[in-house]
Amino acid sequence: MPQPIIEFKNFGFQYDAQAEPTLHNIDLAIYPGEKVLIAGPSGSGKSTIASCINGLIPFSYPGKCTGSLTVAGLDAPHSSLFELSKYVGTVLQDPDGQFIGLTVAEDIAFALENDQVEQGKMKQIVQQVARLVDIDGQLGSAPHALSGGQKQRVSLAGVMVDDVDILLFDEPLANLDPATGKQTIELIEAIQQRSGAAVVIIEHRLEDVLWRSVDRIVLVGEGRILADTTPDQLLASGLLTENGIREPLYLTALKYAGVEITPEKRPAHIDTIQLEEADKEKMREWFRQTPPAPPAPQQEVLLEVEDLTFGYEEGQTNLEHVSFQVHKGEMLSIVGRNGAGKSTLSKLICGFETPNSGRIRLNGRDLSGDTIKERAAHIGYVMQNPNQMISKPMIWDEVELGLLQTEMTAEERKARVEETLKICGLYPFRKWPVSALSFGQKKRVTIASVLVMDPEIIILDEPTAGQDFRHYTDIMEFLRSLNKRGVTVMMITHDMHLMQEYTGRALVFSQKRLLHDGTAVEALTTPELVKEASLKETSLFTLAQKCGVEPPQAFVQRFIDYDRQVRDDE
Amino acid sequence: MKKMSVKTVVAIGIGAALFFVLGRFVAIPVPFVPNTTFSLQYGILGLFAALFGPIAGMLIGFIGHTLIDLSWGSPWWSWIIASTCFGLMVGLFTRKLDLESGSFGKKEILTFNLAQIASHAISWLVIALALDMAIYAEPFAKVLTQGITATILNSIATGVVGTLLIMAYAKTRTKKGSLNKE
Amino acid sequence: MSKNAALSYLPRKSVVHRMTGTTKLAFFLLWSTAAMLTYDTRLLAAMTVGGLVLFGVSRIKLQEVKGALLFMLALVMLNLIAIFLFSPDQGTAIYGTRHVILPLFWRYNVTQETLFYLLNFFLKYSAVIPVALLFILATDPSEFAASLAGIGVSYKVGYAVALALRYIPDVQRDFHNISQAQQARGVDLSAKDKTMTRLKNSAAILLPLVLSSLSRIETISNAMELRGFGKHKKRTWYVKRPFQARDWAAMALAAAVLAVSLGITLTTGSRYFNPFVS
Repeated sequence: MPQPIIEFKNFGFQYDAQAEPTLHNIDLAIYPGEKVLIAGPSGSGKSTIASCINGLIPFSYPGKCTGSLTVAGLDAPHSSLFELSKYVGTVLQDPDGQFIGLTVAEDIAFALENDQVEQGKMKQIVQQVARLVDIDGQLGSAPHALSGGQKQRVSLAGVMVDDVDILLFDEPLANLDPATGKQTIELIEAIQQRSGAAVVIIEHRLEDVLWRSVDRIVLVGEGRILADTTPDQLLASGLLTENGIREPLYLTALKYAGVEITPEKRPAHIDTIQLEEADKEKMREWFRQTPPAPPAPQQEVLLEVEDLTFGYEEGQTNLEHVSFQVHKGEMLSIVGRNGAGKSTLSKLICGFETPNSGRIRLNGRDLSGDTIKERAAHIGYVMQNPNQMISKPMIWDEVELGLLQTEMTAEERKARVEETLKICGLYPFRKWPVSALSFGQKKRVTIASVLVMDPEIIILDEPTAGQDFRHYTDIMEFLRSLNKRGVTVMMITHDMHLMQEYTGRALVFSQKRLLHDGTAVEALTTPELVKEASLKETSLFTLAQKCGVEPPQAFVQRFIDYDRQVRDDE
Repeated sequence: MKKMSVKTVVAIGIGAALFFVLGRFVAIPVPFVPNTTFSLQYGILGLFAALFGPIAGMLIGFIGHTLIDLSWGSPWWSWIIASTCFGLMVGLFTRKLDLESGSFGKKEILTFNLAQIASHAISWLVIALALDMAIYAEPFAKVLTQGITATILNSIATGVVGTLLIMAYAKTRTKKGSLNKE
Repeated sequence: MSKNAALSYLPRKSVVHRMTGTTKLAFFLLWSTAAMLTYDTRLLAAMTVGGLVLFGVSRIKLQEVKGALLFMLALVMLNLIAIFLFSPDQGTAIYGTRHVILPLFWRYNVTQETLFYLLNFFLKYSAVIPVALLFILATDPSEFAASLAGIGVSYKVGYAVALALRYIPDVQRDFHNISQAQQARGVDLSAKDKTMTRLKNSAAILLPLVLSSLSRIETISNAMELRGFGKHKKRTWYVKRPFQARDWAAMALAAAVLAVSLGITLTTGSRYFNPFVS
């Protein structure tokens, strides 16, 4: 048995700023060349574990450690960050925050520069590593000329220059579109095979990570290790759902059909799962027994976009000939890869930018003469990052802000703010500062601050980015409740689950054009669409094919409707 | 100053970027005075100097102002140095403030504003003025008028924007323990 | 946006571009120091011509910097007018004599001395502007940090400059997005509101910008520390280029100009060239 490269022994940690320890009695050994996924909901302590391994704890985040932690033979809590960085390469979550250099080559060379590596050698290493992650064609590019996936490749190259023994990925899939996320997982695997480094991935998006196999999954909850086992064992156990991690959808479907999941069936991946004929029959039977949901009645047209074309700069376009209609009371998603024109579309609808040609109508009225402020009375816009939107320290003031510009009296404003806070479940916090809220609650505040204007439509940019399953469900159920009250909701998203679970309809953008305007299920089950728009085929589709359910598209739809029902009943 | 922490280095870089963007692209015209705008960047500089100290303040002022001038075409060294001194002095005068703990009441508001007004006065009425006279041999009456105008306008911008920002920042530092749902 | 776009690097194939960033920075600093110290008309005129020649060598066309030049010209003119308005006899105060060319009204008379002084004031800027423009337009921003380290500035300060350049576009984009979202809620900077309201509104836009910048500072410093920034007293630079003969020649030229500037002042005992007393 080789020596573990990372070994926690009865390890505990408490941040100086906190009253309670964040980690308790952690015992965990990771061996050279292993690939381990550390999963857990937000606040479970999984990121704290990562910070202990790379030395940010206790170096940048001071606190008290108990027990022992050995990393590459070093007594980690008592070593310097610099010593550890020789052995541990960390790829952080925020691709812009860690892209420090002015160009790709400089950023890759950053660690070498700090190590005073001689220039000739440095250039050679940079070239070599850049080729390894397939970014060598862009060595001279500035960060804003790169996509999220490319930036991540640069970050990976930047830590690989050091020939590290451990590669640590902190939520590598946040901020990426589904196809890029898949490529990232493939890249991680390829790199590991070549370098032989141990790979530790911190992530809550289990199904996406399992696109390529991992040796073990460590499940963390409330600062403790709840499971440390193979993916097959863990997926068969039911522990995931109990602890706020979403299991792969094909497993949920199998469970609905009454198929028992055992480790022997190798449930870790939709391609490896072994289903007996009896299981497949159960699946088909379930499909036959489950009635299709009745189609929602369609109401009158609320928003109409007609032949919209726009470019940020003269002589180029970012959106071409886009036309569609949105009906009252709809909840729809706008998907497609980064730069496909999704955000541009929402900016045009809100009036932040003026189209080169085409029309936008609301209730049949042309909006082109309306100012941003006038449109805001009908169309609310919620930014992705609530921290970029909240401009008042106190919740009440933040929600009231938009009303101050109207003719309303103080009493009217008070009544409106109170009502909105109640709808948003924020009333008990109305006298709190925004900073005391969690991310999800802040999101609610931003939605409240838009909702207070009583808009007919709200447009949300990535409402659930970076959220774990519980927070995701919170936010989405909240949006659904607003939708039921009659607010039309449009969401820009990369999250395929969100799209198929909450929105009947999807507008798929690719290469500046509206590629598809139809059901979310169609978007996720049509191979050409999936490929063209960097989406990800749902595993339900594969499952249906595997079990011989015909037609597979109908199966996906029925699963979603059924799942909706189950969750509503809960 | 022996060992500048990495965080300070980054704060200087980001602070200078903010200073640049506000100084270069955001203009609020001053009423009644043509061709004059409020320099919001000093509000940010005041906050960063109070948070990260005099050295950071000094370098943000220097780097930020130099980049603004260079982006127009040529540096006005006397004014760059005045911005540098402003950052340094606000940092020095506000050393007693403890913004991290969230205490920014009337007394602290007064301290900050006295500090920023004094720093503006010294920077524009003494340093910029003296340098303009020494380097360019400009007439006293002209540089005095410039100095007074700059001191007043910058003090207003820093006073309003800087104070509001610091108050809001301090509120984000309040401890959770003190809050109850109602 | 494009009409007042900030000046930035224009890559070309020229001797000036081939010089190292350190050379260009040192040259620019020595040159502008020389111009600041002296008020000698002959030297300033020679420096103006020299600067323009260098500008020609760089293969950057005047057309490309027309906007900046006009702006600088307007600014200098504004200063010239202000000086005259505030002190019509500034020339006499410096040169000692008074030759009135054109009497205007009250205390305003156009004198040879003041005109000459204003010409010198103009030359003081025209001597520096071409060289400053060259520094901005012909230096790859990637080389800024290494250049500062090259002239002896602490590499940490140098890197702070690099970070500023790196994050300016990000901050600009954030500012743009934040102010658009705030406009939708009626918080506006460009409206016809009262000045005080607008200042307060700007704070409402700046707060999210500042708070997200502060959290960005934390992420960036973690990322930098994880990759060993600050580990040693020195560091190497990926972009740094070796000195060539042309670099030494350029530095020598700038040093010579500075020496002449100092020399004239010290030997004649005055910064001014005075044609009025002969």
